Amino acid sequence: MFTVFGVPSPALFGQLLLGLINGSFYAILSLGLAVIFGLLNIINFTHGALYMMGAFVAWMLLNYAGIGYWWALGLAPIIVGVFGVVLEKVLIARLYKLDHLYGLLLTFGLALIIQGIFRNQYGVSGLPYAIPPELAGGQRIAIGSTPIMFLPNYRGWVIVASAVVCFATWFVIEKTKLGSYLRAATENPTLVQAFGVNVPLMITLTYGFGVALAGFAGVLAAPIYSVNPNMGGDIIIVVFAVVVIGGMGSILGAILTGFGLGLVEGLTKVFYPEASATVIFVIMVLVLLVKPAGLFGRSA
Amino acid sequence: MTLKTFLMAGALAAAAGSAQAQVSVKLGILNDMSGLYADISGPGSVVAAKMAVEDFKAAEKGIKVEVIGADHQNKPDVGSSIARQWYDQDGVDVILDTTTSSVALAVNEVSREKKKIFMPSGGGSSDLTGAKCSPYTVHWTYDTWALANGTGTAMTKRGGDSWFFVTADYAFGAALERDTTAAVQKAGGKVLGSVKHPLSGSDFSSFLLQAQGSKAKVIGLANAGTDTTNAIKQAAEFGITQGGQALAGLLVFSSDVKSLGLQTAQGLVLTEAFYWDQSDATRDFSKRFAAKFDGKMPTSAQAGVYSSIMYYLKAVDALKLKDSDKVMAKLRETPIDDPLFGKGVLRADGRVTHPMYLFEVKKPAESKGSWDLYKTLATIPADEAFRPLSEGGCPLVKS
Repeated sequence: MFTVFGVPSPALFGQLLLGLINGSFYAILSLGLAVIFGLLNIINFTHGALYMMGAFVAWMLLNYAGIGYWWALGLAPIIVGVFGVVLEKVLIARLYKLDHLYGLLLTFGLALIIQGIFRNQYGVSGLPYAIPPELAGGQRIAIGSTPIMFLPNYRGWVIVASAVVCFATWFVIEKTKLGSYLRAATENPTLVQAFGVNVPLMITLTYGFGVALAGFAGVLAAPIYSVNPNMGGDIIIVVFAVVVIGGMGSILGAILTGFGLGLVEGLTKVFYPEASATVIFVIMVLVLLVKPAGLFGRSA
Repeated sequence: MTLKTFLMAGALAAAAGSAQAQVSVKLGILNDMSGLYADISGPGSVVAAKMAVEDFKAAEKGIKVEVIGADHQNKPDVGSSIARQWYDQDGVDVILDTTTSSVALAVNEVSREKKKIFMPSGGGSSDLTGAKCSPYTVHWTYDTWALANGTGTAMTKRGGDSWFFVTADYAFGAALERDTTAAVQKAGGKVLGSVKHPLSGSDFSSFLLQAQGSKAKVIGLANAGTDTTNAIKQAAEFGITQGGQALAGLLVFSSDVKSLGLQTAQGLVLTEAFYWDQSDATRDFSKRFAAKFDGKMPTSAQAGVYSSIMYYLKAVDALKLKDSDKVMAKLRETPIDDPLFGKGVLRADGRVTHPMYLFEVKKPAESKGSWDLYKTLATIPADEAFRPLSEGGCPLVKS
């Protein structure tokens, strides 16, 4: 056992693991944002509100329909995704020809409306949502005979689930034929359409998928964070910083930066907790000064 | 003087006379209407304020009362600029509630400067009636000293003699940690350490693990609202209470317990000034409140807004004027006998005293309804519930 600045190593490993768990949420959320920005050029400010909706849909499924966590994990992203498709068809699709700023303003306004509706209906204190019984309890993790931490099973599941989802998304977009269509459509939509690919449909479905990722993160978050209308607003600013640091539109960048910044934040919570809310923004400033396109971004 | 001018002068004098009898006051509810404290005070406090005006029958007594509300977004600069605008341009006479101690302290200064009455209910720093006390402040409901005294002393005497704090990093958290540290030490306990977290966080596991590592018997949560509920929820997840450490929620409102659910919150010991199910008067008020507010029972902060308005209007009614100095003098000489908060006084430092209660959150099996949340462990009498006048360091108190 060794110590780092007075913190014993087992405690440090525990904190790093926690950072990784928070990083999982950053990764899934920033992944959705990156997919949407990369393929649609829309800065999707509704992302936080839709993450919150994912958690609320899980709560509603349980309390109004008696549908439990595992089904919600599949259903809630679909419901949120369909809601996203409607948003895209009805409103966002009208803005593709305009400057990015209009999309940002529209989605920001939508986020405020969605949050306001939920706040009005459910208040801000939050609603209880229990951890599924299969994942209750936890494991004592130890290296040799040195105990490191008590890892709740559910948190372990969060890391595994988000890593799988992130990898699958990256794989589909970067390594499959469907993904190559998507990437081609962003480079030159007219040409791709000329080859007989339905580009508008593909864009709509991409938005729906990006948004469904937010809904998925919302369901994952419901048992551990308070299910309340402000949960999205609190996290979305950080997630935007993650996307900017990773490089707007870079899929791999969003995933790696999400997990990485979770770790950095976790370390800050140990050594200088007062700064844990700002450390990500400090890094963002530094990265923008040195690499304006972000760590993994292609400079325009 | 002709007859005509004589009659006109008479008519004018009569008009002026009736205008004097009619006092009009404007009450501003300034709190967090949408953020993490909005269920503690928020729009519910405006509902409570309007109920107070109706119940007082202000219109029949010749007092015209207008109630307005605004959202300070938990930002002291926003809060103080709204306060300035209300006092300077909108004719607001009294600002009430003001959750979030940092904002309350800012509005306290503006009110002192403008010589306007400030009646905080949701804001809890004991500095409001300590070093920063003002001759125009009437601090209702609770403060950090009273919470520390109630929960801190009780937990320490039950054997929880070593503490670690998880503290919200702003004025309120700092005051609560300081006051609880004093209460714990006075009762013979010791404080092993603390960690400060940013306001409105969502993940507390890192801080809780640090608290766990300290091996303290009690983990004191010196925060409020969703920060507290998130921390309690995650403490259960990480098996901290099963590990033998107790959690002390230093400021927990009934809305927080409702949000956690009894399954998670059971056994939590907390100090509050008001609970809806205490007496016929509190039940009557709370049920009328719930009927106007989506079936939600009032929190102590919301009830405090109601009672402080009743207290203020009584003084205005007795004097038939609203001059801040005269109303404050009248308030100080009027003993409080409030149907919701009981008997007490307004002290020279601005502190309103009344009994405080030590509650324990019921087990799910003990609860008879969705709002049946607490059982009473102890009543702390009014003269013991708040910091002694001599110890606050308020310059207004003559030593």
